[in-house]
Amino acid sequence: MSPDAPGADGAPLLELDAVTKSFGAVAALRGVHLALHAGEAHALVGENGAGKSTLVKVLAGAHAPDSGGMTLDGRPLELRGPADARAAGIAVIYQEPTLFPDLSVAENIFIGRQPLRGLRRIDAAAMNRDAERLFQRLGVRIDPTRPARGLSIADQQLVEIAKALSFDARVLVMDEPTAALSGVEVERLFAVARSLCERGAAVLFISHRFDEVFELCQRVTVLRDGAWVCTDRAADLSVDEVVRRMVGRDVASLYPKQEAPVRDTLLEVRGLTRAGVFADVSFTVRGGEIVALAGLVGAGRSEVARAVFGVDGYDAGEVRVAGQRLPAGRPGRAIRAGMALVPEDRRQQGLVMELSVERNATLARRRALSRLGLLLGGAERTEARHWTRRLQVKAARLGAPVATLSGGNQQKVVLAKWLATEPRVLIIDEPTRGIDVGTKSEVHRLLSELAGEGLAILMISSELPEVLGMADRVLVMHEGRLVRELSRAEADETSVMFAATGQGATA
Amino acid sequence: MSRTDAGAPEQVSATALTVPDRQRRGLTERLLAVRELSLLIALAALVLVTSVRNDRFLSNQSVKDLLLGCALLVILAVGQTLVIVTRNVDLSVGSILGLVAFATGSLFLAAPGTPWPVALLLGVGLGAMCGVVNGGLIAVARVPALVITLGTLYAFRGVDYYWASGRQINAADMPRSFLRLGNQTLLGVPVLFLVALVVVAAVGFYLRSYRSGRELYAIGSEPAAARLSGIPVGRRVFAVFVANGALAGLAGVLYAARFGTLDAAAGTGLELQVVAAAVVGGVAIFGGSGSAYGAALGAVLLTTIGSSLAVLRIDPFWQQAVVGALILAAIGLDRLLALRTAARLRGRSAHGA
Repeated sequence: MSPDAPGADGAPLLELDAVTKSFGAVAALRGVHLALHAGEAHALVGENGAGKSTLVKVLAGAHAPDSGGMTLDGRPLELRGPADARAAGIAVIYQEPTLFPDLSVAENIFIGRQPLRGLRRIDAAAMNRDAERLFQRLGVRIDPTRPARGLSIADQQLVEIAKALSFDARVLVMDEPTAALSGVEVERLFAVARSLCERGAAVLFISHRFDEVFELCQRVTVLRDGAWVCTDRAADLSVDEVVRRMVGRDVASLYPKQEAPVRDTLLEVRGLTRAGVFADVSFTVRGGEIVALAGLVGAGRSEVARAVFGVDGYDAGEVRVAGQRLPAGRPGRAIRAGMALVPEDRRQQGLVMELSVERNATLARRRALSRLGLLLGGAERTEARHWTRRLQVKAARLGAPVATLSGGNQQKVVLAKWLATEPRVLIIDEPTRGIDVGTKSEVHRLLSELAGEGLAILMISSELPEVLGMADRVLVMHEGRLVRELSRAEADETSVMFAATGQGATA
Repeated sequence: MSRTDAGAPEQVSATALTVPDRQRRGLTERLLAVRELSLLIALAALVLVTSVRNDRFLSNQSVKDLLLGCALLVILAVGQTLVIVTRNVDLSVGSILGLVAFATGSLFLAAPGTPWPVALLLGVGLGAMCGVVNGGLIAVARVPALVITLGTLYAFRGVDYYWASGRQINAADMPRSFLRLGNQTLLGVPVLFLVALVVVAAVGFYLRSYRSGRELYAIGSEPAAARLSGIPVGRRVFAVFVANGALAGLAGVLYAARFGTLDAAAGTGLELQVVAAAVVGGVAIFGGSGSAYGAALGAVLLTTIGSSLAVLRIDPFWQQAVVGALILAAIGLDRLLALRTAARLRGRSAHGA
């Protein structure tokens, strides 16, 4: 298949050819083709981690590609930084707003390009007037002189859009700009995008909302695992077709979960709500069960896990472990009640990189291991040896700093740390992110064993094969709500992806 | 371009309401204005109370001494503002001042006929060179400025000691025209203070009215966003350290002119007073906000506290305690404002994560 869809008229305005980008051992983009045509809105879709955001960063000049080229108007384009991308007429609206909270709204829009008057001074009045005019075009009212600090997420996004508009961009890239916007605001944004297209600009639109993709875009490109899958006219595609192409890979039977007798309910969450983050989340996990929490990045899965464990507070609802209610915002109580959380970002939240393997493994057990407030090396060592042997941690010696281990072995140390507290409920966030395939299946075998021993496991994972292979039940979140619960038999790639993208019906 | 979407201005978006926006901005602006106003009020109250207790506090000579006394701290605090606004800090300013002061004295020893403007330029240049060292190390090593300038604090001071090797330079070694610069008045106002005023006005004007000045605030406010906006962060931060070094150099030359007696210890420990003045003056230590005017007022306030407590014959211990309390109050106020905004933000963003 050619990267250009059939029927592409004329030469593309901006073209990416065989762009690759790796971060360490992880290939984020593998030979991606993308051709944006003047006057067209082009959608880019793909699962979590398909490489969409990396592609945006490459277009914005924030990441230099490892290989492959870019052309603008048929001429080679080299971006050495975000300033170059701006100069080339590429404007980007990022997923996360990138505003300066201390500067005024107008300054945020025009930073580095403020209108000038005599002596190259900034003409503040003209700047505020220009900002006002942009907001009028967007049909919103935001005071251009107020500081950006304190703006709601939606208003911040609107300021970003105004900023992109102010460039008179030839290429407008929008990375999930609608996540925080209401229906009316989305309509306005689309009206602006269409009018930019009419004037000959090209728009790249990234979204998980397929109704919006099909409403705005004439062409759709699908990425999967960092590689280009297909580019087609939107008119020739259906939502079903797009979802199939997003997930279309062979489901490997790599992740066998052993059948375990299901025991009593150990974790019970009722009506958990944190204003603006997630709402009315209820579920139970029983001993011997692995329950997966699936959804797209930003759906609120990790936030729910953090609230359940007590790292973050919540506004309403309750959490019970084995029938005993936990107070909100008290991780210490959760640990004593027998809960453990293996966080998503093990470098930042799970490990002290400079400390030894044994110190890390026993970090959560300091109190139980200490005598008269002193930590004795002997007790730590015995304990650490037991768990690292059970988990087959490959370390030169237990005294070696954790930073010297591979990602997979680091993850095992985090697991050892929490298993040493002998939990009844284990919450594990992205258990195998950034881990090589061999260690991955070891982690999976271990989780399965633990469930067999009667642990209740709540697993958050963005990798569909992992979810489908490991989970007894799959809970799917979409934009802060639990939208579907699928049994092992019901769950397949399509049904999970449909629920995660907010398409009510099953395929 | 079609402007159909620009119609119906009375239509109000669900989240962007004009009225509360204006009110909120009014509040924030008032609080910011209050920050500089409250410094002025504190200053006025302090002067009033002190002069009631001791009427000589407002005598010509005493006011002159006060202005003379705060001029150097004002210059240094304004330079430090440039640095702190970008979420950095320069702890080496006291050492730069000492080094430049001693260098100025040595210059007059070696070449007694040097006209003072040349000495001034050379001093500013030497300060700027120290700034280049700071800025260069920060750019190359990618280590926080706090650590780098803590190192150069000792390094510059070490160079100073090595060079002085126990010697002292006296007023007699320097030309009279140069020393007059340190004590002369113009219409009753010390020249040193006028120089400080010019520095305050220039830096204040630059930070407010120039693109690169606003970019310094952007860098301190959100460094990652500054990079994505195409702001040359490294170059700006480097320039800021050079400028601050140059201002410390200027202060060093003026120090030599004012005191006449110079050894290697000149300006020791001054850096903490400088940072204190900036913070009391409302320059947020995490960058992104604060003005040169506020920092200058902070410097004047700290100097006035020092001399008024002495006039009131209050134990020097209390002087330290008052400065400490002021810093804590300034930081507490910043934190309070930040928490209030955060609470408001959470309450408002009911949709979206």
